Amino acid sequence: MVAQDDERQATLERARTRLLIGGAVFTACFLAVGLRLADLGLLRQEQDVRALQSREVVGQIKTQRADIVDRQGELLATNLVTASLFANPRRVPDPAAAALKLASVLPEFSAAELTAKLSADRAFVWLKRNLTPRQQFEINRLGIPGLDFEREEQRVYPHGALTAHVVGFTGIDNEGLVGIEKSFDATLAGGGEALQLSLDLRVQYILRKELSEQIERFSAIGGGGLVIDADTGEIVAMVSLPDFDPNSANEADDDARFNRISLGVYELGSVFKIFNHAMALDSGITSMKGGYDASKPIRVARFTINDFHGENRWLSVPEIFMYSSNVGSAKMALHAGGEMQRDFLSDLGFLERTSVELPEQGKPIYPAPWREISTMTISYGHGIAVSPMHLASATAAMVNGGLLHSPTLIKRSPSDPVLGKRVISRDTSDSMRRLMRLVVENENGTGGNAAAPGYVVGGKTGTAEKQVDGRYKTKALVSSFVGVFPSQAPRYVVVVMLDEPKGIKESYGYATAGWTAAPVVSRVISQAAPLLGVAPVDEDAPEIQRALALSLYSRVRTVAAN
Amino acid sequence: MTSIPRTDTSILGRWWWTVDHLTLGALAALIVFGVILAMAASPPVAVRIGLDEMYFVRRHLTLLPVALAAIVVVSLMTPAQIKLFALAVFAVSLVLLATTLLVGNEVKGARRWLNIAGFSLQVSEFVKPSFAVVAAWLFAKEARKGSIPPAAICLVLCGTVVLLLAAQPDIGQAVVVTSVWLAQFFLAGLSLWLVGGLLALAVLALTGAYFVLPHVARRINGFLDPSQGDSYQISRSLEAFRNGGLFGRGPGEGQVKNSLPDAHADFVFAVAGEELGLIVTLVIVGLFGFVVLRGFTRAFLEQNLFLLLAVAGLLTQFGLQALINMGSTLQLLPTKGMTLPFISYGGSSLLAMGMGTGMVLALTRRRPGGGGHA
Repeated sequence: MVAQDDERQATLERARTRLLIGGAVFTACFLAVGLRLADLGLLRQEQDVRALQSREVVGQIKTQRADIVDRQGELLATNLVTASLFANPRRVPDPAAAALKLASVLPEFSAAELTAKLSADRAFVWLKRNLTPRQQFEINRLGIPGLDFEREEQRVYPHGALTAHVVGFTGIDNEGLVGIEKSFDATLAGGGEALQLSLDLRVQYILRKELSEQIERFSAIGGGGLVIDADTGEIVAMVSLPDFDPNSANEADDDARFNRISLGVYELGSVFKIFNHAMALDSGITSMKGGYDASKPIRVARFTINDFHGENRWLSVPEIFMYSSNVGSAKMALHAGGEMQRDFLSDLGFLERTSVELPEQGKPIYPAPWREISTMTISYGHGIAVSPMHLASATAAMVNGGLLHSPTLIKRSPSDPVLGKRVISRDTSDSMRRLMRLVVENENGTGGNAAAPGYVVGGKTGTAEKQVDGRYKTKALVSSFVGVFPSQAPRYVVVVMLDEPKGIKESYGYATAGWTAAPVVSRVISQAAPLLGVAPVDEDAPEIQRALALSLYSRVRTVAAN
Repeated sequence: MTSIPRTDTSILGRWWWTVDHLTLGALAALIVFGVILAMAASPPVAVRIGLDEMYFVRRHLTLLPVALAAIVVVSLMTPAQIKLFALAVFAVSLVLLATTLLVGNEVKGARRWLNIAGFSLQVSEFVKPSFAVVAAWLFAKEARKGSIPPAAICLVLCGTVVLLLAAQPDIGQAVVVTSVWLAQFFLAGLSLWLVGGLLALAVLALTGAYFVLPHVARRINGFLDPSQGDSYQISRSLEAFRNGGLFGRGPGEGQVKNSLPDAHADFVFAVAGEELGLIVTLVIVGLFGFVVLRGFTRAFLEQNLFLLLAVAGLLTQFGLQALINMGSTLQLLPTKGMTLPFISYGGSSLLAMGMGTGMVLALTRRRPGGGGHA
């Protein structure tokens, strides 16, 4: 027992010794906190004042957020340093007199309002944010005690609505909310070098002007367009209408802020025949010499598949494309099978969001399960909804030799290797160029209005009825045209889409793509091509003709005029 | 107060003459500062999150009497009652802690709160003091041959608590619990080799947390390199201390509370620095230090190992929390959500602190034959 007591005493003694150590550690820690407090409260004061003075001597404030520029270096987004006026009402000796003087400089306030603000029992009150330099000068001259300015930075977009859907805008604290401003928020907020986009402001302007004129002419509810470099995926112009002024983005309505190019997904109609043909040719199930019977409509369950420009006979593969035959396309797709179709469209990126650098990205809508009827309708672009951005990037791969590039809004440096994913063979791509040229060149093609003399335009029309509340509306169309130029060696893809255009007298009441979207493509290409370094050629020159030669393999000796 | 005669043998009378007046006074002073700062710091926060301006002040003032009652009632207990009381609180908290993981409210990515009858409870606050007493009890118990050594049970309990806290995840609380437990183990006679080993293990565990839990990594990166990452709160906090200077801007006149979301809780000390100034904040630091050291002195004089370990454990928790909170706002430590005892807003923290300091007062009361006579 005694031994145990001794041991207990020893343990207690050791505990006490160690408690002293604990006490010492705590004392040291509390002293450290105390010293740090004194350090901050007393010693750091002077340093700060010095830092402040030196900043004022230099007279410059570091602009924080990086600029955004187009591919030529044109400013798209920058910062403006402004002054905001605030007051410490407790230091304003005569609020009524001060208010009267202030009201003369700030006419939007009445003297009574300002008197109320300046007599408040508070130490801080904002009077006006973002003064003009003149206002700041005038207020300084008034010499009212108790007023002061706070330097602030305001994001400005010198070109306003022109690039609104690409560049996006920031919130009150300069944080990116939409577009590039949001997707590159962290980089931009870090300051430093300007972010250079792939956009060319000149082409952007042309595209927006032509689109908005056409929207007005055909009383469409909106539209969009896209010019993309076929070899690199760089987006040279991208417009969604209606748009908004990002300098006052909070006044814009939801429709104006909706990005129809990347966020909107649409059933795009016959432009999908491009991919149907490419699939059929690339897989070898048919060739340019092959063809399908399009003599009568297809009836499946309660559906009937008809041709808009009905020829009602056997059609060759080029004829199916040129006449835009739904029946022929559907048969071609059935021949290939749903699985191949699904895999091919998936390879082209149609079943996923694109990887373009925008937060506003629409997810494609496609049928699950992928039934036989879906296979048929998808062959001519119904039953699958994708964004115009998808269309542009996949079309580029069809005509550039067969390489798919991710669409990008960032300028590629010339030294960067161009990586693409092969999706079709060079031969198939060759045939696709010829087929698309046929649509514009041949008198029976649907895209004659897209022609731009000298620039050898090729393309495909697409007119789809819009589904509203699960039903197709015959009067509500999405009319689109995807064009490429120059067809002998395509450099750019142009997509134009009009949302619900209405027929007019000049178009004989038609609101279809050939009448509405195709002319925009023609006008955009003829103005933009010289700026993009594409020189016009003689379209009848033998080498051009050779590069685009195509036999129709028609079984009709002379093609009927209509 | 002097109107209570020494011969008064009623329960309260005896309490008054045996309880440590100086600690009681220091705690009262801290509580008063807490009320002042709740009124100064919380209205802008309440307005910002869409509540009535005086919402937090009212809550603080409603819970304060409960906390005060907890201090008095708990400090009336005898050491034996404290043991049982702590054991009961610990057992219930452990169950609730496990429940929190299952049905707790997820706030900012962690499950730390349990809704009980409209009152949201942060159970971890109650685990800390009750476990300190239970651990002291186990450490002070001598091992008997043929049965499981109490220190082993204690290790298992500590492991369970830390795991439950880490699962929420609440690394800060897990660190506090582990530190207090290690401190007690150290006092109880842990060999210095083992102390070193356990410290290494703790460092290892924290390194693990750094790599496994992104929010921990962010905080620590932000501390090591203030230029990168989210150093907004901390730079505003430091600015507040500088703005305050020696005498402060006066209660209510500060600006920092307008820009700090946690001005009434984790960053309340910065509000104190700006509005009350250096002198008062030094007084607050002094009060915390005094409570800890005064308690240590009383514990030093005890003849009973359990009392020494329990008091030291409870005060280590109290002091450590204060140091972590103040250290965070002063950029001496990475920012860590930890309340400043009696001063930060937070119902669970306030009640648990009342309970914990009540235990300290109970265990340091003068007892016949217990030593600790002045």
